[in-house]
This record gives sequence, C-alpha cells and structure tokens, in this order.
Amino acid sequence: MRSGQFAPGRTFGQIRRNWGLYVLLLPAVVLTLLFAYKPMYGVIIAFKDYSPASGITGSPWAGFKYFEKFFHSYQFSATIKNTLVISVYSLVTFPIPIILALMVNQMRANRFRRFFQTVSYMPHFISTVVMVGLMMILFSPSTGLVGSLYHLFGGEAPDLMGSAGLFSSVYVWSDVWQHVGWDSIIYIAALSAVDPSLYEAATVDGASRWHKVRYIDIPMLMPTAITLLILRVGGLLGVGFEKVYLMQNDLNITSSEILSTYVYKIGLLSSQYSFSAAINLFNTVINFVLLIMVNQISKKFSENSLW
Amino acid sequence: MGVLEAVVNKNTGKVKNNRSSDKVMEIVMYVFAVMFLVVLIYPLYFIIIASFSDPSAVANGQVWMFPKGFTLDGYQELLRHENIWIGYRNTILYTAVGTAIGLIVNISAAYALSRKDLVGRKFLSLFFIFTMFFSGGLIPTFLTVRDFHLYDTFLVMVLPFSVIVYDIIVARTFFQSSIPGDLWEAAQIDGCGNLRYFVQVVLPLSKAIIAVLGLWIAVGYWNSYFNALIYLKNPNLYPLQLILRNILITNQMQSGMGTGEAAQIALRLANLMRYSVIIVATVPILCLYPFVQKYFNQGVMIGAVKE
Repeated sequence: MRSGQFAPGRTFGQIRRNWGLYVLLLPAVVLTLLFAYKPMYGVIIAFKDYSPASGITGSPWAGFKYFEKFFHSYQFSATIKNTLVISVYSLVTFPIPIILALMVNQMRANRFRRFFQTVSYMPHFISTVVMVGLMMILFSPSTGLVGSLYHLFGGEAPDLMGSAGLFSSVYVWSDVWQHVGWDSIIYIAALSAVDPSLYEAATVDGASRWHKVRYIDIPMLMPTAITLLILRVGGLLGVGFEKVYLMQNDLNITSSEILSTYVYKIGLLSSQYSFSAAINLFNTVINFVLLIMVNQISKKFSENSLW
Repeated sequence: MGVLEAVVNKNTGKVKNNRSSDKVMEIVMYVFAVMFLVVLIYPLYFIIIASFSDPSAVANGQVWMFPKGFTLDGYQELLRHENIWIGYRNTILYTAVGTAIGLIVNISAAYALSRKDLVGRKFLSLFFIFTMFFSGGLIPTFLTVRDFHLYDTFLVMVLPFSVIVYDIIVARTFFQSSIPGDLWEAAQIDGCGNLRYFVQVVLPLSKAIIAVLGLWIAVGYWNSYFNALIYLKNPNLYPLQLILRNILITNQMQSGMGTGEAAQIALRLANLMRYSVIIVATVPILCLYPFVQKYFNQGVMIGAVKE
C-alpha cells in the first residue's frame, strides 16, 4: 500500500479498534470545550453592548466602543505601566533559581544538600492568602519583625505594605523568597542529566570548579532557561491577580492597580461586563503576540523555540 | 601544571581537585547557603514561636529565639471561631473530591495522548495546549459558569477547571518514556482492550506520576481562593482560604467591638490568633509533603523532557 497513511479504511479501523482511548479522552475534551472554548466564544461580548437579559447573541453590536473607552480612560496608562513594572522587575529575578541550582549541584555533603533542598521548597506550599497575611504581620512597622529589627538598631521602620513606591519590590522579592527553591528544581534536574565524563575530562585538563560551572554547567542549562524565559516574556502582561489583589490597599493603590485587578473590579464588582471583557481581551492578545514574537526571535538566534 | 594538581583518589577512584581557588569557592558557597537558609527559615520559625507567646511581648520585640510568656490563648481563641471549622471541612471536601476528579480526568487524557497509534493525536494535543495561551477571560468564563447554573454550588469548586494542561503534558511525557509499547502489543494479543489495559497494567506502573500530580492538584485546591471569591456567595460553602483572608487581611474580626479594656484584650487576642491561624492552615499541607517529596525531582525531570 503506497499511501498507507491516508487510507481511510485503515484510519477508521484504527479508530474503531482504539475506541477505548477516546473514552479516556472524553471527560477532558468535554470539560475543555465547555469551560475553555465556550468562554472564548463569549469574548465577542467585548464588541457588544452585553445585557444579561438578551444574552450574548441577542445583545446589539458596539464595535470597538469599549476598547476606545479603555484607551481613553485615565486608568489605561496607569494599569499598563504598573503591570509592566511588576513583570519586567520579576524578569530581572529570573537567573536567581539558576544560581541556586548551580550551588546545590556543587554541594558534596549529601545530607546538607538534601536538607537545603527540603527547606528551600517549603515556602512554595504556603498559600497566597497566608503568604500575604504573613507579610502583613512581619512587615508591620509597629508590631512586626521588621519593625522590631529596626528598633533594635534604633531606626524607624518603613511601612512596606502601605507604600506605593515600594510595592513592586515587596511583591517581587517576596515571590522570590517563596518560589526560588521550587523554581530551581527544573534546573537541578537538567544538571543531573550532565554526563559525568565531561567533568572528569575537564578535571584532567586542569579545570577548576569554577571553570566547570562556567563551561559545562551553565551551557547545559541554556536550553531549559531559554524555554522558560520565552514563556515568561509571553506572559509579560499576565501578572497574576491573586497576590496583587490581596496586597492592595488604599495606600499603595496607585502602583498596585494592574490589568487583572482592574478587569475584576470593572467586571464583577461594578458589573460592566462588556467593558471588562474588552480590557481582558486586549491583555490576552498582547500576551499572545508577545509570545509569538519572542518565540520567533529565539528561533532565529538560537535553536530553542516552543514550536 | 593543572594536570599535576588533579589527584585521583585511589580508594574511591574519584577524581579530586585540590586547588585553593576551589576551597575558597566551597567556603563562599556554604556561607551563602547557610545565610540563605536562615532567611528562608527564620520568618516561619518566628510565626511558630510568636503563636505561643504573650502578644505584647511579640509587639515589643522581645521574642527572637524562644516563646516568651508561653500561652495557648491564640489556639483557644481559634476554637471559638466556628467559620474556621466550616472552612476547614469545606476545604478538605474540595481537596479530596477535586483531586480525585483531577487525577481521573488528566491522567486518562494524558495516557490516550501518549499513544502513538491514536488517530488525531496532533490535533488533540493542540486542542488542549491552545488553552494555555488563550482564554476567554474572567467575564466570559463567569457568564458560562452561571449559564450552567454552577454559580454558588459545591460543584463549581471541583469540576469546571479540573483540566490542567500542564499536568497532562507532564503525564503524557511520563507514559511515553516509561511504559514500553511492547506491553500493549502483548496485551492486545491476549485479547485485552484499551480500558482494561489502562486500569490493570498502566496505572499500577504509574505510581510515581500519580503521586506527583496528586500532590500538585491537592496543593492547588488546598490553597486556592480565587474561584471561591468569584463563584461562591453562600458562607457555608466558603473554603478555609477565603475565611483566612477575612481574618488575616481584611481584619473582619474586630467588628462589634467596643472600647475600653475589654476591647484591648479582644484586640490582643485577635492579633495572637493571626499567628496560630497561619500555623493551623499550613501544617496539614506540609505534613503531606515528606511522603511525596522523593517524587518531586523525578516529576519535574519527566516534565522537562521534550518530545
């Protein structure tokens, strides 16, 4: 049979023989259709004057009205700027898990290494609510740990949770504290796949430990790092809702109002469904375009790409 | 010169390098690692000792290494808050049911996608992966959930968002790399169908991936508050995290308090309770973690392997 791949009889035969596999796929496919693809269709309310009474199809078209409304609102530049500041700042901390993984990889004392890893994963399991609660308690200038530390050295503690200027720093570094250990696992796994004979050869050639890190470990981590970096850049405007929303208060709101919290407030708290969907769609499209762009660039200059 | 310094240890056969620069690097590294551990552990340790201490000693910065003015008042106060226990019960239910559903849905889909003889495999993978990068956004998803009459129900917490594409990819890679294809051939000859093969042969061989995904999903449910915030109205359905948010962050406990000495005491107790509530909310998930920890590296390593 010359065109075996396209023989319809064989294809159908194979589907029929493997019907069990489609049964296994069914729940996931149905749930994805209902709760991921159906809402994608619902995105058109961004171009309509949606009213719950007339439904998605029944509501009149509004064109780009809500997009224009957003572009002309005073919140436009503020939310975009805040979102970008936080995500670009987070991008700067991208190498920290890599450094940690290189360190762990250098540890020879096995017990210490295991203890170190166990402890460094732990904060990852703290929920966002508890994490922010923890920060509020510890960073309190009057009763918290930070306050006490400042008093010990005779200073006056800054109000870390209630300062617009410090918001992005507090957000980003608390995130590093919580997730650096966990994020390093993937690099530790990549390093454990390095062929030991490479190190032996390097030792025979007189390489120091630093040389081995520099010329063996770091190049080995590059493909993983670039893949993760592409994903991060693709989500540049996608700073999560959860932690920022919990950290928000009247004192820091000027630098803590980001796209996702704004979408939530406009949409669910003040029920402007179409307006909120438009802002959300704008956000998603930019992320999507960024992801494709970064992937293309990476494809061109290195061998790594997502597809 | 370097070659001379590389000494092969005759007993272990390991190549050892005794450069002084290596020693310096080693020392710097361990000093750094210990500092890192202190920064990571101390805040957590502080919360523990503070929860057992006299709240005014904590506020005055007298608690550093050990509890001061040992007391269990915080925990006692906790026992009186009925909604914490309602939240606890709900979270346990959501976590148990949600994890069971999540494992069934994702593992079976992943297995089907791992089979090379699945017709339409490429398309089906893309069908799932697309939802990682593009989504309907908050409002359209909210409207969909409401249209299905899931708003403010138990089901909304465990069903609609149980498909996790990232987990499917990780599990698919696991099945591809560790379940030999010959096994299916042999089973087929013996007249075993896909479903029976999956349940009786594949699942018993896949304990590692079930443990990893089970933990990831369970931690996700235990810690999530976003869906509850958006889709629940009835306080009797609130999960623990939402109640914690009220206690830790929005400080709703102080309502109904008068002034004077009684109010002072109540306020101090409320502050003390914030420490103990963190402990009580976090300990269960940390207890789970040593049992599955050995699978972490394995799980991530599996996920990192590219197809």
